Amino acid sequence: MKKRVLNRFFAPLLVLLTLLATVRAEAVDYQAKVQADIKAFRDYFAAQFPDVPFADYANGVYAIDADSRKQWLEMEEFPPYALAVEDGKALFEKPFANGKTYGSCFANGGAVRQNYPYFDEKKGTVVTLEMAINECRVANGEKALACKGGDIAKISAYMAFISRGNPVDVKVATEGAYNAYMKGKEFFYAKHGKLNMSCAGCHMEFAGKRLRAEILSPALGHTTHFPVYRSKWGEIGTLHKRYGGCTNDTGAKAFAPQSEEYRNLEFFETVMSNGLIFNGPASRK
Amino acid sequence: MGVSRRQFFKSVAGTIAYAAVASAVPARLFASWNQPAFTSETLAAAIAAKYGNMPIEESSAIQIKSPEIAENGAYVPVSIATTIAGASNISVFSEANFSPLVASFNIMPRMLPDVSLRLRMAKTANIVVLVQAGGKLYRTVREVKVTIGGCGG
Amino acid sequence: MKIKAIAKDNVVSVKILIQHVMETGRRKDETGKIVPGHYITEVSAQHKGETVFQAELGPGVSKDPYIAFQFTGGAVGETISISWIDSKGGTEKTDSIISAM
Repeated sequence: MKKRVLNRFFAPLLVLLTLLATVRAEAVDYQAKVQADIKAFRDYFAAQFPDVPFADYANGVYAIDADSRKQWLEMEEFPPYALAVEDGKALFEKPFANGKTYGSCFANGGAVRQNYPYFDEKKGTVVTLEMAINECRVANGEKALACKGGDIAKISAYMAFISRGNPVDVKVATEGAYNAYMKGKEFFYAKHGKLNMSCAGCHMEFAGKRLRAEILSPALGHTTHFPVYRSKWGEIGTLHKRYGGCTNDTGAKAFAPQSEEYRNLEFFETVMSNGLIFNGPASRK
Repeated sequence: MGVSRRQFFKSVAGTIAYAAVASAVPARLFASWNQPAFTSETLAAAIAAKYGNMPIEESSAIQIKSPEIAENGAYVPVSIATTIAGASNISVFSEANFSPLVASFNIMPRMLPDVSLRLRMAKTANIVVLVQAGGKLYRTVREVKVTIGGCGG
Repeated sequence: MKIKAIAKDNVVSVKILIQHVMETGRRKDETGKIVPGHYITEVSAQHKGETVFQAELGPGVSKDPYIAFQFTGGAVGETISISWIDSKGGTEKTDSIISAM
């Protein structure tokens, strides 16, 4: 009798113990796997551009091209995004209809850019800064803002500006986070659109080389400096607006700003930039 | 002092140009804005409208700092400085623009002959700077390449 | 309008950034109609009752115009006043205190 009882519990117990052991081992692996990816990514660019100091990748193409760097430095004398930052400050401080402000959602007076994007376990999805801004609005009875430019970009610009200097340090510690990270990674390396181009194809393989009249920026540091006042737009715009444009360039239909695809891509790209410093907003061509 | 509003309208009334000009004329005319120079469509016409028939000579005493290849033709950073004695005016032209005269700076008594701005260029062209001093114009030219980008968004 | 005015060795360096659409009058909107011109035509700066900067601008100047110039005889703490007028009669005037580096 005893033997049978023991037998009955033995197998499931064994399975449970194995499962626990596996889960514990996997939890450690996520961080390690991601770290291995980050190292490979950095090593790739260090080999491509041996003279570029690591920290300078936060400045994108200006880290690798002298003539455009001079023009960027000139823009920095008095960057047009300064106007957006000013507008953004006013928007951030203006109370909602219910009397509360963004300060009730964001600590540090809004200097929290470095906390985004992150994987939200409860929501089971990546949360970006723009998404959080809209969540704050909706929670306070306001309508969500459109996510390509305009007010949301101005608020994001202000928050980015006052958060400057904080390190990029995105954690990928759980299965959920790792899955989102992997989706972003797959998107980055997959070929898209009629032209069958991948993010990696342009921003790793062709980084620093010319694609028609453009010099392609290295993917390392891609997301540290958004939102950007892009000369082409003549105004401040978000990362997902830029992603949409790139998707169009591959001959594919752009995903909506703040779609899961772009949020996962932003997650992956920001993880790859761990160790750099947030330096938004920025001027770009 | 300048052209009064009534005089100005009298002088252009009846011409075809009037309609186009009227849309650019502010309700309250600021006397010194040189509308004919700023709306001239060729470099030569713009210079004539601004300076009349003043003689022009090349000069190496004018420095133009500008990019070799503009990142974006809508925001081309240009810095100009000159050591020509008695400079009273600096004008900047972008030769291939619809209206080549971009800006004109009067050198005020306490102002250094040194300005920076960001200008628009429709395509690869010469930036032409004229410095007026002692009844003469001094010129320096610098080409800026403007390319059509490959990446949209 | 944002102004940075810094005094060093008797020279005041002034940088201005003006929020302005600088519509050229050549652009077409989505319906194909020409968007009328709307651009700054004059910018001037006053210091101690004197004009220290005077410029005429046109549609060839970039959107959100940036201008930098320098003048002598100014000191930290003094006021510089910048004003502009545009082709539709719009104006703006802003005062700024000259600061040290």
